Amino acid sequence: MNKLIKFFTRRRSTFSPLTRGGTGRGLLSSLNGETSQPPRPPASTKLGTGLSGGRRIAVSSATFLMLGMAGIAQADEISVAVAANFTEPMKKIAAEFEKTSGHKVALSFGSTGKFYSQIKAGAPFEVLVAADDETPLKLEQEGAAVKGSHFTYAIGKLVLWSAKEAVVDDKGEVLKKSGFDHLALANPKLAPYGAAGIETLKSLGAYDAVAPKIVQAENIAQTYQFVATGNALIGFVALSQVIGEDGKVKSGSVWIVPEKLYTQIRQDAVLLQNGASGGKDKAAAQALLKFLKSPFASKVIASYGYGQDK
Amino acid sequence: MFSLSPDDWSAIRLTLALAGLTTILLLLIGTPIAWWLARTASAWKRPVSAVVTLPMVLPPTVLGFYLLVLMGPEGPVGRLTQALGLGLLPFTFSGLVVASLFYSLPFAVQPLQQAFEAIGERPLEVAATLRASPLDTFFTVVLPLARPGFVTAAVMSFAHTIGEFGVVLMIGGNIPDRTRVLSVQIYDHVEALEFTQGHWLAGGLLVFSFCVLLVLYRFNPGQPGMRP
Repeated sequence: MNKLIKFFTRRRSTFSPLTRGGTGRGLLSSLNGETSQPPRPPASTKLGTGLSGGRRIAVSSATFLMLGMAGIAQADEISVAVAANFTEPMKKIAAEFEKTSGHKVALSFGSTGKFYSQIKAGAPFEVLVAADDETPLKLEQEGAAVKGSHFTYAIGKLVLWSAKEAVVDDKGEVLKKSGFDHLALANPKLAPYGAAGIETLKSLGAYDAVAPKIVQAENIAQTYQFVATGNALIGFVALSQVIGEDGKVKSGSVWIVPEKLYTQIRQDAVLLQNGASGGKDKAAAQALLKFLKSPFASKVIASYGYGQDK
Repeated sequence: MFSLSPDDWSAIRLTLALAGLTTILLLLIGTPIAWWLARTASAWKRPVSAVVTLPMVLPPTVLGFYLLVLMGPEGPVGRLTQALGLGLLPFTFSGLVVASLFYSLPFAVQPLQQAFEAIGERPLEVAATLRASPLDTFFTVVLPLARPGFVTAAVMSFAHTIGEFGVVLMIGGNIPDRTRVLSVQIYDHVEALEFTQGHWLAGGLLVFSFCVLLVLYRFNPGQPGMRP
């Protein structure tokens, strides 16, 4: 990095006879140049021809690939936007779906709010596996998703977790004591689990006392980090984050918050309109949504600590 | 029409305080480091340069995550601050200042180092023959000659800290009036689809950044002959 900057400054000083003038000034332009695009070596003709030759090969092989793909009309690739908290179960479900159906699934992970903005801007997702039930409904109402296609695939369970043993009791009494400096939760404005945490505190009548101790993370993954590193002694996270393959808590102490203390966290999936443009039929995407309700999928979903509608 | 909430104003105040304090501290810390880097022939020069530049290369979330671990109750820095009776740094304003010092360090050290290197030995030797003490030389010869470097270092540190996001997100905890800075506030607005409020702040930041760079080029014009 330093060398790059020196390279720039030196080059600059060949333009300018003022050596002192080249000091602070060169940096800004080199910093900018360096972050946006690395300095290129002077174009050499040899390199140029080599590249275009390579490109020609790439183009022709792409043509072959396309011809080949036209032959197998049945194997579609489905682009799926998946809420980050559902990453692991979705990977397992998609792998099984690929095996049984022959379709390809391309999974993108992120926050439901970001996916909403991207879908509204025309992102080519065919299915949204959201972390809430509001976003899929809103997309349907706004015409970006197929009307009536949303359904609840999982019900999130909120837990109060500490990375330390014996901190969290099985009634959540710790919230009413003053034995902690920080309580971590996901931003309630953005994350359903954060909103459920606030609701729980209010239901317990502990909100006012705890409010000054709240630290907000961007999402539940970061909330988990705050608690796992011990910077916050306790925090509201998802049950799916703290249980292992065997269905037992991996480490620390946990209180599974009774569902009567907060509004159910319903996670919905929905079929999007975008994938349908260009004359492509939605059969593959519909098959994936159907598979999400299959016994296999529901076993995976349950093993990660999510509830489901009976 | 103009709709900044009290929360927005609080975020702006906090951001300016953070950037201002960070800039002052960085000039104090960065000057000796840059001076040493510019003068030394030590074998440590390269490793130290690399460490100073590291925050520029690392993704801010990586930097933030390591700071969170280091400054946490189990981390070495966290143990030290606790032993000194300072408590833990994450989720505090002081914690943000410490993180910003790391984050913006290269933006202070590098312009200063280059300014010092460009002065060369001669002015220092001349000053020495006139019986100026090293300290005297530094304040009467080096500082005036390196002025463009100091302006660049100050402006870049300030502007870079204003735009800090990933690190703050990791160790700040988004607490109103304490760690919720401007970039986090904008992010929250946009994520919550409050685009109007987001636009006011983001637009303001855009204009501000443009003005900062304009001022920088005014003091340190890039082309010879444009010097005021």
